[in-house]
Amino acid sequence: MLEAYPQNRLARIVLWSFAALVMAFLMLPTLVVVPLSFSASNLLEFPPHAYSLRWYENFFGSATWMAALRTSLTLGTLTALIAVPFALLSCISMNRLGGKTAATIQSVLLTPSITPGILLAIGLFFVLAAQRLVGTLFGVLVGHVVLAVPVACIVLLPALARFDWNQVQAARSLGANWARAIGGIIVPQLQISLLSATLMAFLTSLDESVISIFLASGRNSTMPKLMFLSLRDQIDPTIAAISTLWTVIVVVVVLIVALRQKS
Amino acid sequence: MTVTPDPALVADARRERRFFLSLSLPALFIVGLAAILPILWIIRQSFLTTGGEYTVGNYAKVLSSGLTWSALVTTLELSLGTLAICILLGTPLALALASARPRVANVLMAFVMLPLWTAILVRTYGWLVLLRRDGLINAALTGSGLTAEPLPLVYNFTGTLIGMVHYMLPLFLLPVYAAMRDIDPNLIRAAASMGATLGQVIRTVIMPLSAGGIFSGSIIVLIYSIGFFITPAVLGGGKVNPLSTRIERTLSTFQDWGSASVLGILLLVLMALIGVMLLAARRLLAQNTVEASAHA
Repeated sequence: MLEAYPQNRLARIVLWSFAALVMAFLMLPTLVVVPLSFSASNLLEFPPHAYSLRWYENFFGSATWMAALRTSLTLGTLTALIAVPFALLSCISMNRLGGKTAATIQSVLLTPSITPGILLAIGLFFVLAAQRLVGTLFGVLVGHVVLAVPVACIVLLPALARFDWNQVQAARSLGANWARAIGGIIVPQLQISLLSATLMAFLTSLDESVISIFLASGRNSTMPKLMFLSLRDQIDPTIAAISTLWTVIVVVVVLIVALRQKS
Repeated sequence: MTVTPDPALVADARRERRFFLSLSLPALFIVGLAAILPILWIIRQSFLTTGGEYTVGNYAKVLSSGLTWSALVTTLELSLGTLAICILLGTPLALALASARPRVANVLMAFVMLPLWTAILVRTYGWLVLLRRDGLINAALTGSGLTAEPLPLVYNFTGTLIGMVHYMLPLFLLPVYAAMRDIDPNLIRAAASMGATLGQVIRTVIMPLSAGGIFSGSIIVLIYSIGFFITPAVLGGGKVNPLSTRIERTLSTFQDWGSASVLGILLLVLMALIGVMLLAARRLLAQNTVEASAHA
């Protein structure tokens, strides 16, 4: 873009050094926890003097953390299983209806993603309190699904826009009903996008913290809720081990999505 | 000549439209249940006493409290501060990335997006490790003799701002980078061949053409900053209290549902105000662009 200015070397050096600093700022907090998680000491030493796996043992040996891990994985799976079909159906509907109707549906579906989490959390808290459902998995699940639906829609809408609807037309004219057309043609054709949408919905639930903090309790506490509570009290290197594991999982998931989409 | 459509076909088309509408119902239902109903419930709760009677007392109590107004000021300071720093850091970074070869740019973008994929609590923990009194940055500063005493970098406004900028910067960067990538390089070559300096090209070609991206990025940053909770709650150490943490404390510590709801409504009003201002700004921006191209 700036190749028309080969003589401005100094400007380029300044620009790139600045960019490098900003990129370092962006990556630092993610990377710094990795060596710390292998430290043998409970102090924050950097670089650690001795290495060990004790914080990983701590995590896997703790009943509380394991329960939270189970809750988070269950919630993520359920969220993806509910949000993706809902999103797929509404994306088909938006794609076919088009125009103002589709735009209206889309803006309603996107509302939760621009509403501050704290408002959704306390509002849901009031609604669930009236039904005596605060602290149940159901309450958190509903909150996570509503956040995952827009995420899944963002992946699926463009995929459906590229979809060749003549295939469905052909199947319909040969007597297939809509359920058959969706299950037999649309779903297999959108396999890769559906996988991406599922993983994104799963990650949305896994990372969601505010609703969990307000609505999950006891046995149903999620990983983010427990991490939030322990960060407020004291800093334990177990969190560094969890953070490292978590980041590795997320990077793997994102790489799967990226590579799948390329091929 | 007008053709009267076959009534059977019209009925068919109408039936099909209804069918397609019905496909959106499950998703719309869940949004109604888990997003719209809760917001309405907050409005209702704001008019209720603890006993469940209707009152405007919650509003009187919250609006006459100094804590509310300082929370409002903190919310604005944090959001606008975050936005300002994002523009200052993000625009040059986007320019550098957009000027790189596509291959290099893609790899660098993946690194830039790394924080976006890192769980918010993992990042917050990372910042605590870096910024605390006995943290890595202070250890480096005192160790190298740059400062005699550790600097107060976290559990205050500074730490909260650092954490928020770190969260928002990738979100800001995406639309700005996209806008800069879309600039036709011929425009820059043309300007260069006419003798424009690099500074002039940035000022008169690149910046006006990326204004739309910077604007979208700013909207995203503001929308997310206004109600941001985790970062102020952890990195603020209880000393930085925007509306979001004030709501949490009112609800969890004081069990005052009515006042928490009024604070929630203040947050909604603030978002609506910003929305209106942004719409007006966009209209102005569009007008200016039209005028600028009319002059050109």
